[in-house]
Amino acid sequence: MSDTPLPSVATTSVRDRPLPEAVRRLARRHHPRVYEALPWLLATAGYFAFPDYRQLGAQVFIAILFALATDLILGYAGVITLGQAAFFGSGAYFCGILSAHGWSEPLSLLIAGAAAAAAVGFLSGFVVLRTTGLTQLMLTLIVAVMLGEAANKATGLTGGANGLQGMEIAPIFGVFELDLYGRTAYCYCLVLLFLGWLAVRTLIYSPFGRSLTGIRESEARMRAIGSPVFRRRLTAYVISAALCGVAGALLAETTQLVALDTLSFERSGAVVIMLIIGGVGRLYGAFLGVPIYMILQDRFAQADPTYWYFWIGVFLLLIVLFARGGIIGLVERGARLIRPRRRSVSTPGSENIG
Amino acid sequence: MVAEPPPPDNAAKQDFALETRGLERSFGALAVTRNVDFRLEQGARHALIGPNGAGKTTFINLVTGALKPSAGRILLGGSDVTALPQEQRVKRGLARTFQINTLYRGLSVLENVCLAIGERLGSGGRLFRPAGSHREVLLSAYALLERLRLADDASRLVRELPYGRQRLLEIAVALGLEPKVLLLDEPAAGVPSAESGIIIEVIESLPADLALLIIEHDMDLVFRLARRVTVLVQGTIMLEGTPREIAGDARVRDVYLGEREHR
Amino acid sequence: MTDAVSAVVSIGFHGVAFAMVLYLISVGLGVTMGLMGFVNLAHGVFAAAGGYVMTTLFNDEGVPFPLAVAIAAILVGSVSIVLERALYRRFYGGDELDQVLLTIAIVFIAIAGAKYIWGSEQAPMHPPHYLAGQIELGGRDFPAYRTFIIGAGAVLVTLLWLGLDRTRLGAKIRAAVDNRRMAQSVGINTSGLFSFTFALGTGLAALGGALGAEILPVFPGYPLDNLIFFLIVVAVGGLGTIRGPFFAALLLGVADTAFKYLLPEFGSFFIYALTLVILLVRPRGLFGQIGRA
Ligand SMILES: Nc1ncnc2c1ncn2[C@@H]1O[C@H](COP(=O)(O)OP(=O)(O)OP(=O)(O)O)[C@@H](O)[C@H]1O
Ligand SMILES: [Mg+2]
Repeated sequence: MSDTPLPSVATTSVRDRPLPEAVRRLARRHHPRVYEALPWLLATAGYFAFPDYRQLGAQVFIAILFALATDLILGYAGVITLGQAAFFGSGAYFCGILSAHGWSEPLSLLIAGAAAAAAVGFLSGFVVLRTTGLTQLMLTLIVAVMLGEAANKATGLTGGANGLQGMEIAPIFGVFELDLYGRTAYCYCLVLLFLGWLAVRTLIYSPFGRSLTGIRESEARMRAIGSPVFRRRLTAYVISAALCGVAGALLAETTQLVALDTLSFERSGAVVIMLIIGGVGRLYGAFLGVPIYMILQDRFAQADPTYWYFWIGVFLLLIVLFARGGIIGLVERGARLIRPRRRSVSTPGSENIG
Repeated sequence: MVAEPPPPDNAAKQDFALETRGLERSFGALAVTRNVDFRLEQGARHALIGPNGAGKTTFINLVTGALKPSAGRILLGGSDVTALPQEQRVKRGLARTFQINTLYRGLSVLENVCLAIGERLGSGGRLFRPAGSHREVLLSAYALLERLRLADDASRLVRELPYGRQRLLEIAVALGLEPKVLLLDEPAAGVPSAESGIIIEVIESLPADLALLIIEHDMDLVFRLARRVTVLVQGTIMLEGTPREIAGDARVRDVYLGEREHR
Repeated sequence: MTDAVSAVVSIGFHGVAFAMVLYLISVGLGVTMGLMGFVNLAHGVFAAAGGYVMTTLFNDEGVPFPLAVAIAAILVGSVSIVLERALYRRFYGGDELDQVLLTIAIVFIAIAGAKYIWGSEQAPMHPPHYLAGQIELGGRDFPAYRTFIIGAGAVLVTLLWLGLDRTRLGAKIRAAVDNRRMAQSVGINTSGLFSFTFALGTGLAALGGALGAEILPVFPGYPLDNLIFFLIVVAVGGLGTIRGPFFAALLLGVADTAFKYLLPEFGSFFIYALTLVILLVRPRGLFGQIGRA
């Protein structure tokens, strides 16, 4: 055995050689891959291929943005939440209320929605993130339910059960009017989804994002290496909330209506289910999970209007028993069977699910 | 022996690397740490031994801040850190390993070390530039892995790593923090000889000014690595001395070795 | 003045009755969380099942009320063992997200099943004739059935606590709930213990669901609609305790009754706010152990 110098001194030697393979691989990990263009190409093609479905397309993009934002704290920071609608709804209502009072510029309304949701995230984060497990889950639920009750009661402001009406949205950049056919809405939501995706992608490959993954993988170790775990989680919580708020505000702007269901448990639950179907903690889980869930729900509801959630339940049971990691998890396992080597890492952000 | 501990009266003058005063902790009715006054000198090579369930791991958890003491004080380099959260203590140079591997099992070996080094260099919370372009972190991490003969496994996921190599990585992650006080919780227990050789070698080549506290059951290892030994029994310090004194003590053999033969 | 007094008495009375039901239902949820490390969002399913079985037997089959309640509890408890062995067990101590997904799936299936078998209406609950109407206590009239719930609840809680305190099995469960690590290291057969404890918890939930059908009406959406209450009781009471949730249930039952009486238009808003405040101050609940951190 050689007399290798001490760790603090040893760092000179690697520098003089070409980068080792392992280092190069990590250094390259955030580089874009070819297939990452796929969703955007599909979405662009969708605009022309299905002109009648542009309104629906816009809603799907909003749902994906919502799921993407949720994944940041569910999949990366490992906070089990059943209350993401709190942020979605806060964004939607704040945007809607401002707009009903005459503030009609859409981009600033998005920012306002994001800010409102971030504030809710910051405040509730102090309670929610100090707890774990069942208590944490219950608290996320409570925050959303409380906001729901408040919105239901404050009829003067929110319109209560009738929903908030009378929103006025000016054309985007003063040029693109939100039309009935969803032409503008489709593009608007797609661009914002793209920006949101860019933000989330940047975040998960940043040291901050890696430390979130670290917290999820082992909180005890994360503390032992001196990471301020609570602050990191809170930051993630607030960022996620802000993005959820953008999604909510987008919904308000494109539908020009805000209803209580933006704050509902159904919405919170559905987004988690969508993510699990697609694959939690995987950048593209939201892109797969949301459309699949929407299609399934539509199909089941058509085939069996009274008992459709029975089939959803069965489907979820199958996922949790046989397809942990969701669709992307399955794809990864398939890929590993084909290329059974230890270079198992395939999709971005996915290498870290246990 | 040369390094007699100074009498308690002068204690205030000399700053110990680590000191506890009247440390207490209980779980429900179970008192696991009882009135522990412990001192780790600068540059110490100190072993903590004691039968199973004596409270050794709990002691480390208290010192690092993973657990809150029911009573007592903890001093790092002379200043009171009892109220400080764990991360602040790490920033002051306190690092530990875990008795039960506590690693990022779904991340690669290299990234496990990168996270620690990133935290030390203060880049752990950066939001924008990709982790992969923090070249300094990557290279330091890789160099550390080379030193621990882990470089060949750098890209492997931790959960695919054999146990012995995971134990090595435990140490690598702690060393990535460049600690002034290092607490090792049974680093070589159950490790195959190939890796335990590396572990011993690494421990022997630690900087002379680093204060080391190692929990270890293997008396041969204790003899080899430690200059002082503290015996913990049922949460209290029974005895402290040189390895030779400890090995020669009848009470220690009774309590400690007797227990070991039971298993 | 007398109005205020009778309001206080009435709130206390109905609050305690509600609390008994809440505790019977929730105690098992806390135990599965503390003992098996399992987040069981489907716990309300067992309470609803108890309510359905009891009302069916009692209303449709003419089974005497006490017998119908007992059968409901025993039946649900035993059937739940099958679920525990087939599904729950695989996820003990595992990823919480998997547990959440599994139990949400069970809830969905159960809601659809209940709707299929019993329809979407509320299961009718008329107390047996000897518990109908009012009884007089200390110069006041009280609904007889709720008085019975309080009495029955008190007896059951006492039996449960005595059972846990005085029997070997109880000692094992207590030891395991207090300190799972220790219980395993002293060689308690946790597998059998888990099954039994799970069945005990679901059986009690069924009992609570059956007795409480008049307070918490049984309908298909029951497991989801009441979930938050059950979770609050456990979280506020403190995980890993058996008595904590009892006091949390009392607090919640009385406070909820009071708020609904005084500020009916605000629903449960204040209960949620109260819960937030309690958990902000004591993240581990009122009676939670200092535990690990
Ligand atoms: N989180 C906890 N909750 C309850 N009891 C605990 C906890 N941690 C440790 N204990 C108990 O405290 C006692 C001391 O445990 P500890 O792990 O500190 O012992 P140890 O000296 O490290 O033993 P070993 O040699 O087996 O590692 C044991 O009885 C253990 O069961
Ligand atoms: Mg130990």
